[in-house]
Amino acid sequence: MLNESFRFTPHLTLEFKIEEKDFFIAGESASRVKKTLQQLGMKQEIIKRTAIIIYEAAMNVAIHANHGILKVYIDPEVISIITEDVGPGIPDIELAMKEGYSTASNEIREMGFGAGMGLPNIKQCSDELEIQSRVGEGTTLKAKIHLHNKK
Amino acid sequence: MKEYFHSVTLDFEKCKGCTNCIKRCPMEAIRVHDGKATIMQERCIDCGECIRACPNHAKVAVTDSLDILNDYKYRIALPAPSFFGQFKEQGNVECILHALLNIGFDDVFEVALAAEIVGFLAHQYIKDKKVKKPMFSSACPAVLRLMQIKFPDLLEQTAPILTPMEVAARLAKEEAVKKTGIDYEDIGAFFISPCPAKVTEMRNPMNTKHSAVSGVIGVNVIYKDIIKHILTFKATNQEDDVKFHKATNLGMAWGYVTGESKNVNLDTTLAVSGIHNVISLLEEIERGELKDVDFIELQACTGGCVGGPLNIHNLFVGRIRLRELIKKCGTQPSYYTEDELFNFYNNRHYEATEPIQPKTVMHLDEDMSQAILKMERLDRITNDLPGLDCGACGSPSCRALAEDIIRGIAFETDCVIKLREKVKTLAEEILDLARIVPPAMADSSKKTGEK
Repeated sequence: MLNESFRFTPHLTLEFKIEEKDFFIAGESASRVKKTLQQLGMKQEIIKRTAIIIYEAAMNVAIHANHGILKVYIDPEVISIITEDVGPGIPDIELAMKEGYSTASNEIREMGFGAGMGLPNIKQCSDELEIQSRVGEGTTLKAKIHLHNKK
Repeated sequence: MKEYFHSVTLDFEKCKGCTNCIKRCPMEAIRVHDGKATIMQERCIDCGECIRACPNHAKVAVTDSLDILNDYKYRIALPAPSFFGQFKEQGNVECILHALLNIGFDDVFEVALAAEIVGFLAHQYIKDKKVKKPMFSSACPAVLRLMQIKFPDLLEQTAPILTPMEVAARLAKEEAVKKTGIDYEDIGAFFISPCPAKVTEMRNPMNTKHSAVSGVIGVNVIYKDIIKHILTFKATNQEDDVKFHKATNLGMAWGYVTGESKNVNLDTTLAVSGIHNVISLLEEIERGELKDVDFIELQACTGGCVGGPLNIHNLFVGRIRLRELIKKCGTQPSYYTEDELFNFYNNRHYEATEPIQPKTVMHLDEDMSQAILKMERLDRITNDLPGLDCGACGSPSCRALAEDIIRGIAFETDCVIKLREKVKTLAEEILDLARIVPPAMADSSKKTGEK
């Protein structure tokens, strides 16, 4: 019998590959998704938060990990932003969430990134945030924005 | 109808249906269908990129002609700062201003002078922390219209000040009322414009209810007459007692990029020109960059207003001439005293009265679920297209064609590559059919291995 969970929900998935030190893909994917959300008629405030999360999350992968993937899932209720990376992982997630805490190399900082604002920024912009990490293996970040509850 | 007035229009006869313009348009607002370009009115921001791109001069900016002067008793010319960069070394500011009088104006008022007021106001707004940083210049209407569509989030950071053109018109008319006693309504103020976006701005102003500008006349419309009068002015060497030149170097430098930000005079300012540069910078700012910058000057035309599509000379020529002219003028004290400037600031005379509204022209569908379904189809069609972005279909890119297909204004076979594939498949089918021989005509000797 068909129940609620079988009802078809229109949805979209956008995927972007992130290579190590690819600093352009973060901006590109944020712009692409922004344009998509604008065409879907999303509210400005939602678009802005989504773009910031995408940019910061993809940047984190480019800066810290070996490589990874960014997925953006959109349906009429929720936007989920997921990054999965293969990399060093985060030993202490709580510490990493602190503003200004950063393990980025001097080289990265010289380039103007790695100020330790990425994760706090993501947290501020999302309604739900889940980070799973295994040291030496990689990190998965899942951020959600609910379209019908104003943060 | 009124909402979609645009200065930039197509000269149908001249358009050859080439696709040069569609790729240059920053708004992807042009399509070539049935051999002619069409501009999507709701997307056009009057930046004039297509005017520059068209090899057949089929994109034109509609401005007023000098005939409009007849509708008013007292006519004031408002020359843009960049206007003064259009003349060879023989023209000095005073004789250019006199030339304007000779072609039918009763008075002149330099927009550069109003620009100085706008620069002062912008400086004070930031100093008094009235606007979030970075504050954007609101002087270029093409940039503001771009922001309405692509960066609605950043609109609140635009300077809540009228454009120099608008301020000039109001000041000039008020002065003229005092000077002549003629009714305000009978006084016309006409902007001498390098720019189509200013025409649109006069018709449908964004941050004020009604524009005080009575008409906008393109530099190209009056250039020849002005040159003629400059030459006679030089020949007769007439020295008029009336001096019209009141602007200082600061105001005059608004004619090229960086002039405005220097006039605004704050610790950290940035000046950007060229519509595509503006777009990429605004994308970064939208993600939270440059919060430490006080003021950003944004100009749709490369090089600023001297690069305006209605100007006669190449933007670099215009810039060097304007710079030389400014050098020649030397420094003169500001026409308005500091007290007067603070008065303008405190009585909020030249402040914007209307918030600039975002425009939603990109939506695929009003209903979110429908929009998502359409977007999914759009992605699928895009992936299926060759990705050459050749423009032969009349849309600026493969993705834009996919959008047009979704919107019902184009077909997949508009793509020449797709069409070729279809023809190939069809040809193969025809060939297959042609090889089938009716049973009665079959050559039995060739039929081996059968019965």
